[in-house]
Amino acid sequence: MNEPVIVVLTYIVLTAFIGFEVISKVPTILHTPLMSGTNAIHGIILLGALLIAVHAQTPLEIGLGFLAVSLATINVVGGFVVTDRMLELFKSQRPGRKAGKET
Amino acid sequence: MSTVTSLIYLLAAILFIIGLKFLSSPRRARQGNWIAAAGMILAIAWTAFASASIFTRTGLIVCIVGVLLGGIAGAVSARKVKMTAIPQMVALFNGVGGAAAALVALASWLALAAGHPGLQRTLPEVVTMIIGGISFAGSIIAFAKLQELITSKSLTYTGQYLFNGLLGFAILLLTGVVLAVPGSIILLIILLLLILALGVAFVLPVGGADMPIIISLLNACTGLAVASSGIVLNNFVLIAAGILVGASGTLLTKMMSDAMGRGFFNILFGKAARAQGYISTGDKGEGRPVRAGNVEDIGMLLAYAHSVIIVPGYGLAVAQGQQVLRELADLLQKRGVEIAYAIHPVAGRMPGHMNVLLAEANVPYEQLKEMDEINDQFKQADVALIVGANDVVNPAARHSPGSDIYGMPILNADQAHNVIFLKRSMRPGFSGTENELFFDAKTLMLFGDAKESLTKLVAAVKTA
Repeated sequence: MNEPVIVVLTYIVLTAFIGFEVISKVPTILHTPLMSGTNAIHGIILLGALLIAVHAQTPLEIGLGFLAVSLATINVVGGFVVTDRMLELFKSQRPGRKAGKET
Repeated sequence: MSTVTSLIYLLAAILFIIGLKFLSSPRRARQGNWIAAAGMILAIAWTAFASASIFTRTGLIVCIVGVLLGGIAGAVSARKVKMTAIPQMVALFNGVGGAAAALVALASWLALAAGHPGLQRTLPEVVTMIIGGISFAGSIIAFAKLQELITSKSLTYTGQYLFNGLLGFAILLLTGVVLAVPGSIILLIILLLLILALGVAFVLPVGGADMPIIISLLNACTGLAVASSGIVLNNFVLIAAGILVGASGTLLTKMMSDAMGRGFFNILFGKAARAQGYISTGDKGEGRPVRAGNVEDIGMLLAYAHSVIIVPGYGLAVAQGQQVLRELADLLQKRGVEIAYAIHPVAGRMPGHMNVLLAEANVPYEQLKEMDEINDQFKQADVALIVGANDVVNPAARHSPGSDIYGMPILNADQAHNVIFLKRSMRPGFSGTENELFFDAKTLMLFGDAKESLTKLVAAVKTA
């Protein structure tokens, strides 16, 4: 991806608009899970860490690479698991809702 | 970069976008999380596969061990953490993500510094280090405050604005120098230390109750740091995912502060302004008498009430009393008492947190009312039963400009005919502000652990 700056800038602007638009209607009750979910998504930095660690050779490079990879993995794995836990509980509300409607 | 890689990255970005969209809908939120995770696995697995030819043996070991250790640490801590500690875990995960971004930029910098790299490389590297570093340091402080390792009160001092401003300015200056002289490691280290200091200084003045908003902001920042690292590494999916998180995170931060009724700038800077001259309301009133109720009286009050509005708070969650609370509510309902739960947007630490905790206890969805829905009904309620909540019913938010919580919309519990507080002690709530409702003539305090008190109340109501 060695496109000129203006192309990268275009990607960035359009993606930002998508980012705004896609969550603009989120209900208050989902604010926390959404924050947790986006937290997990920025764990994609793991990809960057892998690209860096891939050719680590000096002790410094190995140290930095290892630290970056493990921290990024904590972000990604921890993020998705925690978000799932929060959302698990939303599912169980629906039977309760149905029961309420039946009485 | 091959066409296949570009297509795969595009697909991953699409999955992230769909994932985010679904996360905004209660029905599909859980799927949304999985879809985003699928995009993540796709992008990372393909990158690992496609880079197979350039792995050195040491590099391979570093990556495998790193992923294994990080994966286990992340999964185990996320699985085992109590629901009440979720906000600080989000802060922690955000912080390590920011650190990872800064480290990636640092590694890239060090690899090239000797060879006089151009500005189009060094500038994004420095930007990533700045944003990632501030996000990391700030998130750690947020974690510490929420975990109560350091005081959750807002820490302010005169001249704080000025100090933070100077710090920011120093960072900018030093950045310019470091860009001009990329070979100097000493300057780089000083810059990194200043960056960490600013992260800390930035979050210290934020009060515990406002912390979720700062975490959301730091989350968006880490997204930007990731995007910026994508520019360093010339990687499309890093940029796309980073911007998605940065943009959605920024909007979400605004939405969260609106839900709390707090202007965003008020949160960041309002505290420092208050330090320069207002007296806090907490200064007077130590040793004022409160009406401590006994369990039988309160049980009777509840049993013969027409309507009871329950205000659950963090204290309930900490005591794990949700189940007993529901038992009490069910018992009262059988006796003909109208029950509703008033959920303040910030109850339990973060928007939606209390809903999740009560859902754990199978509280029927229809009984949960949002603040705007239920605030008018307090004046007709016989009893406001406040369990482990404090700041969200503190009248000081309405009329004390000096108070930390001034301006925050509260639940009108003070308008009910009777007010009952279930609390462990007279300790102030999360904001550290004293609650004058405790001393009101119609308020009864029931001291003790929420779960124990509720269990006793259940027994009392049965015999009332």
